[in-house]
Amino acid sequence: MLTPTKSEQRIADELRYIGAPVPRPNALRLLQGRGVYVDDIVLPRMAHVVYWRSPIAHGRITSFDASFATMMPGVIGVFGAEDIADICTPWVGTLAHLPGMKSPPQYPLARGHLCWQGEPVFAVVAETRHQAEDALAYLRIEWDELPVVANMERALDPDSPLIHPELGDNLCLTRTIDNGAVDATFASADVVVEESYRFGRHTGVTMETRSVLADFNAADHTLTVYHSHQAPHMMQDLYSRHLNLPETSVRVICKDVGGSFGIKVHSYPDDFATVALSKLLKRPIKFVADRLESFTSDVHARDHLVKARLAATKDGHILAFEIDDLTGVGPYSVYPRTSGIEGNQVLNITGGPYQHANYRARLRVVFQNKPPMSQYRGVGHPIACAVTEGIVDLAASKLGIDPLAFRKMNVMHDDTYPRTGASGIKLEGLSHDACLARIERLADYDGLRDEQRRLREDGVFRGIGIAAMVELTNPGPAFYGIGGARIAAQDGATVRLDAGGGITVMVSVGEQGQGSETIFAQIAADALSIPIERVRVITGDTSVTPYGGGTWASRGAGIGGEAVLQASNALGMQLIEFASAVHERSSEGLKLFNGQVMDAESGAFLIDLKDLASKAYFRPDTLPRDFQPELSATRHFSQRDYPFVFTNGVHVSYVEVDVDTGMVKLLKHWVVEDCGRVINPMLVDEQIRGAVVQGIGGVLFEECLYDEAGLLRNGSMADYLVPMASEMPDIEIAHVETRTKTSALGAKGAGEAGSAGAPAAVMNAINDALAPFHARVTSQPITPEKILVALGKVTPGRA
Amino acid sequence: MAERQSIRLVVNGKSVTTTVEPRMHLIDFLRDELQIKGARVGCEHGVCGACTVRLNGQMVRGCLVLAVGAANCTVETLEGASDRGDLAALQAAFHARNALQCGFCTAGMLLAAAELIATRPDSSREEIREFMSGNYCRCTGYQAIVDAIEDVLSARSASVAGGQKC
Repeated sequence: MLTPTKSEQRIADELRYIGAPVPRPNALRLLQGRGVYVDDIVLPRMAHVVYWRSPIAHGRITSFDASFATMMPGVIGVFGAEDIADICTPWVGTLAHLPGMKSPPQYPLARGHLCWQGEPVFAVVAETRHQAEDALAYLRIEWDELPVVANMERALDPDSPLIHPELGDNLCLTRTIDNGAVDATFASADVVVEESYRFGRHTGVTMETRSVLADFNAADHTLTVYHSHQAPHMMQDLYSRHLNLPETSVRVICKDVGGSFGIKVHSYPDDFATVALSKLLKRPIKFVADRLESFTSDVHARDHLVKARLAATKDGHILAFEIDDLTGVGPYSVYPRTSGIEGNQVLNITGGPYQHANYRARLRVVFQNKPPMSQYRGVGHPIACAVTEGIVDLAASKLGIDPLAFRKMNVMHDDTYPRTGASGIKLEGLSHDACLARIERLADYDGLRDEQRRLREDGVFRGIGIAAMVELTNPGPAFYGIGGARIAAQDGATVRLDAGGGITVMVSVGEQGQGSETIFAQIAADALSIPIERVRVITGDTSVTPYGGGTWASRGAGIGGEAVLQASNALGMQLIEFASAVHERSSEGLKLFNGQVMDAESGAFLIDLKDLASKAYFRPDTLPRDFQPELSATRHFSQRDYPFVFTNGVHVSYVEVDVDTGMVKLLKHWVVEDCGRVINPMLVDEQIRGAVVQGIGGVLFEECLYDEAGLLRNGSMADYLVPMASEMPDIEIAHVETRTKTSALGAKGAGEAGSAGAPAAVMNAINDALAPFHARVTSQPITPEKILVALGKVTPGRA
Repeated sequence: MAERQSIRLVVNGKSVTTTVEPRMHLIDFLRDELQIKGARVGCEHGVCGACTVRLNGQMVRGCLVLAVGAANCTVETLEGASDRGDLAALQAAFHARNALQCGFCTAGMLLAAAELIATRPDSSREEIREFMSGNYCRCTGYQAIVDAIEDVLSARSASVAGGQKC
């Protein structure tokens, strides 16, 4: 018998839930205020820790006196690096598959060398948070300042101060791609365009700040950590290894998580410090970052300067891209995913939708005295897409070709897959042609152009921006595993028939609001043909679920969902076997239907799953003597056919620019996305909308502003601008479905595509609006000031 | 440290008599002293709206009001309003539209939306967006929240119009 390929495997006899806009059952508790986030949890004997963080960007502690602080009411102790040195070992944030990468050892609390404003140095533990914060003010600490490396563009200068002299320079990582003949192609091209793009530092601003509640039980030597996190098994592994505890003694529990976006997929020094203090003090310790701490200690993202060139023929064929990306990542590469992945992705993804044969790219990742930078929603894609689409627009404009027509001409056509992109990315199957055609109708592109022309005559300047994109999702071990990081590339699901006839599904992929648990319930309900009300999904507990990677790189639906499907199908076959044994007939022709086992041909009802469960759990005496029913099934899935399963899509942004004030009004945003099988259209659309708005935040509003001394100037929600309801446009979404053949489910990722494409589309729309003035803006966030400078209405630096 | 003050207030329909430090914010009092966790701490300076509660029926930021300032007042959190059915239509609309993801802003969003419905029932889509701009949401991009509120407003105006016909 031939084994069916993954894409030929059956999903379910009938799809009742997969593909339907099923509302999230677990949203009900959040709507009634019954969610449980880490700060809501109170344990007996729980103490609170607050951290004294470096107030300067670079320096050395010269004296420290905690004698007053320790006398304050409720204080349990004040601790520094030495106090937990024997409990928690340091780490180094490098990956073996990023050759030459370097980063110094990092400790839970800085050992006297202060490397960024916000770095945790001392810990104050008290009975209450108020008491700990009161005592913090009584620490007497002195320091010497060291020369600061604030500006990444000067970090590699020969006379630059060195943050870690033992490393020899401030270079963390460099990488190049050169597939040959790039110089010759540029030299002989009809048209060459060149432009630089700048991307400011921003951060995730999760509504719930990073939180950890560590409970070390000195009696049985177990550690339980309640974590606001996306990757509980990764944290279990880290705590186990760095605190020298057996893996099985460490349990990480993620209950409700108040926003994550990649900010909560990393380990942080204060996580380790909190856990180490729990072990030291033998009692539960809670750490909840305040908002200022979030701004100065959550990972930041972006901070890139990219110089780009594009070569094309005079009839409009793109021949080559060349980029040079410089990115500043703070003083340490973040552990264990590193700070090299974003730049690495910029190199892999730039030029991603297009057919050009020649590509050269250089990446330099440099250290600086600012908060560590690492993966945040989109990871490199917003940069690669904005650079690619920005310079593609510039080329189209120079050639006098409509930007939509230019893209239609140059994208990799839908009938040419599988293929490899110029950067070396392997592409299974994409739908740029279909997506461009769809968005042209969806946005009424010709109508928009007509309106734009008409309004220009009245002095109203509107712009239409297009961004075609690719996004890598459903990764195999190519991201981390091959580089030596113990971050699972597979996920697992256990599906169980419970005694009451319900189904419990335990999955290693968790929920941070995106709807993972709902789509897992949809998949299990369809695969087992059972009403979804009878399915309960459990995630976020390393002691309960199978082992797995969690949520990152848009992998939850594609990897976790496939594990649920395979486990559900396996359980379904077991239940059919069971029913056939009970009825002493062949299992041939039996199927599950609506919570029952039935004969597919006659439609005759055999047995309800409730009765099957009752027999198995309570009346095994009624079963055939030699038959032992199996009532649960576990399956694991890793995607190994490609390093990543790429998705694609296209955004169109429609904006109006007030050329007197520089203000941008977002009128409408359209997205056509191809994430393969859409399991829940409502949830996919909401993922895209949320991500588009985060992308809009990056392109228009959000920036962590630093002065020359490396000090943050806007560390509050009042000063750091995020998108608000009144500024955001309605976002219309349509789908093309090119299912991946790497799984039976056929789903690819959808959570990051919005933030990947939106910045490029909005930037292009603004530049389209400014075209009559021959002005361009390429530095994000695109503030009114930058627009007015580009228009020549204000002088740079004086606005 | 200042002396603890005696306060008496009604929280979610129940009378509470206790002492608090004068500096304690209402949100910390609710969360840490009374263990009522539905309102949440997001920014601690009145910007994000996650700590929204009702004080004598008016929407306030729990991080900008002191607990002693709530003495002799009634306080209602999302749990209280939800349990007495005050938000049922909004909750159903938020659920149907998926107008929440992580849920951390949701207490504030629901109470703000309820205030809009009570005080500005004729709001246009733009006016809804404007009114709701005091509350941060990082997940949804706001459109589903606006849709959900619009659904409740149009259901209300339809039922009012239907009522007039009778």
